[in-house]
Amino acid sequence: MYSFDWSSIPGAIPYLWEGMIRTLEITAVAVIAGMLIGTILAVCRLSRNVALSTLAAAYVTCFRSVPLVMVLLWFYLLVPDLVKRIVGNPSLDIRLLSAFVAFSLFEASYYAEIIRAGIQSVSKGQVSAGLALGMTSGETMRLIILPQAFRRMIPLLLTQAIILFQDTSLVYVMGLADFFGVAYNTGNRDGTLVELILFAGFVYLVICFVASTLVRNLQKKIA
Amino acid sequence: MATVLADLDFRVFMQPVVGGGGNYLTYLLFGLGWTLSLAITSWILAFVVGSVIGVLRTLRGNVLPRLGALYVEIFRNIPLLVQLFIWYFVLPEIAPLFGTWFKERLSPEFQQFVSATLCLGFFTAARVSEQVRSGIMSLGTGQYGAGLALGFNTAQVYTLILLPVAYRIIIPTLTSEFLNLIKNTAVASTIGLVELAQRSKNMGEYTSRLYESFIAVTILYAIVNLIVMLISRNIESATRLPGFVGGKK
Repeated sequence: MYSFDWSSIPGAIPYLWEGMIRTLEITAVAVIAGMLIGTILAVCRLSRNVALSTLAAAYVTCFRSVPLVMVLLWFYLLVPDLVKRIVGNPSLDIRLLSAFVAFSLFEASYYAEIIRAGIQSVSKGQVSAGLALGMTSGETMRLIILPQAFRRMIPLLLTQAIILFQDTSLVYVMGLADFFGVAYNTGNRDGTLVELILFAGFVYLVICFVASTLVRNLQKKIA
Repeated sequence: MATVLADLDFRVFMQPVVGGGGNYLTYLLFGLGWTLSLAITSWILAFVVGSVIGVLRTLRGNVLPRLGALYVEIFRNIPLLVQLFIWYFVLPEIAPLFGTWFKERLSPEFQQFVSATLCLGFFTAARVSEQVRSGIMSLGTGQYGAGLALGFNTAQVYTLILLPVAYRIIIPTLTSEFLNLIKNTAVASTIGLVELAQRSKNMGEYTSRLYESFIAVTILYAIVNLIVMLISRNIESATRLPGFVGGKK
């Protein structure tokens, strides 16, 4: 029978906490930037301008057909090289920045689809009403359609944020010390990998379970 | 940017692999083989387990639906990477029988493959079960009642009436779960399985031609995605049900 040894966890709490902060940082940046870029993509995709809508559709399809791990490897191994060639400063460590950008661009393609569906769920009469009031189509989108669309999308957007929070653990492939990275390294160093992995899993489970329960309650309230 | 483009040299795929065995094109294609076998074996597991859990959640009573819901909560609220590490690093240590079989009978390659299959299978099952459940729920209680009235027992109602219809309704969402599964196999590279993503990295290290290998692998993933989408569109139109939204008239 395996005998568990949880002794290395209490001492590691401060480092795990720092890791959690980093995890939350990446999540927050990617949620905000992803939603901004995603909104722009969704509006472009629904626009009557063929070039714009094709470009936006191509962006979304490209990012959604490639694994996140592959996108992270692109941004970890190739984009820094590209930046160095352009900026010409070989000593720059832009791993964290790379991670921010990679997650933001990747999530944008998922947010774009959610937001597009949200916009399409607003009835056409609202657009006509906006235009009839003398608003331009841009104003109608910004002041009438988007506020209603976002209100309906809130549960889906939050669910996507929870998925993103879990996906940030994949920065493991970039060697960044996020919450799971710290847990893994601590376990590896102290020979308590089993306990640290289980502990990390438990923490994720509690956080995500509470968050998704809250989202579900919110959904009931809105619906 | 321009220099990178000018430097690209796709003849690298014809070079022999360091350590023997074909050129880099076949090296990547074998990686794709691992990716697809992993995706297909885990999909079978996910489909079976997901169907059982999905059915459990629609049954009457208190215990079984709650067990199903518990399964879904656990497997959806732990990151895939962490689940993979639990299957690969934790379970063989703490589960005596599984651990002995795992460590003594399996080569490292198959240890990685078995862990990844179990992980992706049970992870995807949670998502499949949600689809199966919503498929069954969308049929309402009429068909269930009709089945009972004809003298079927519950198991027969499910296997002969509800599930065949439910599966046909949820083919589009199952397809997108399968596509997600193919993409998720890339996570198996973190435990050292030399599937497609891992091989693109290796090839980059062996040849210093990271751009070429990444471009090729990214395109391979996109092609697989496209092929699966086309196949499923055909299955979908072949199995479309009359009388349902998007069905035949």
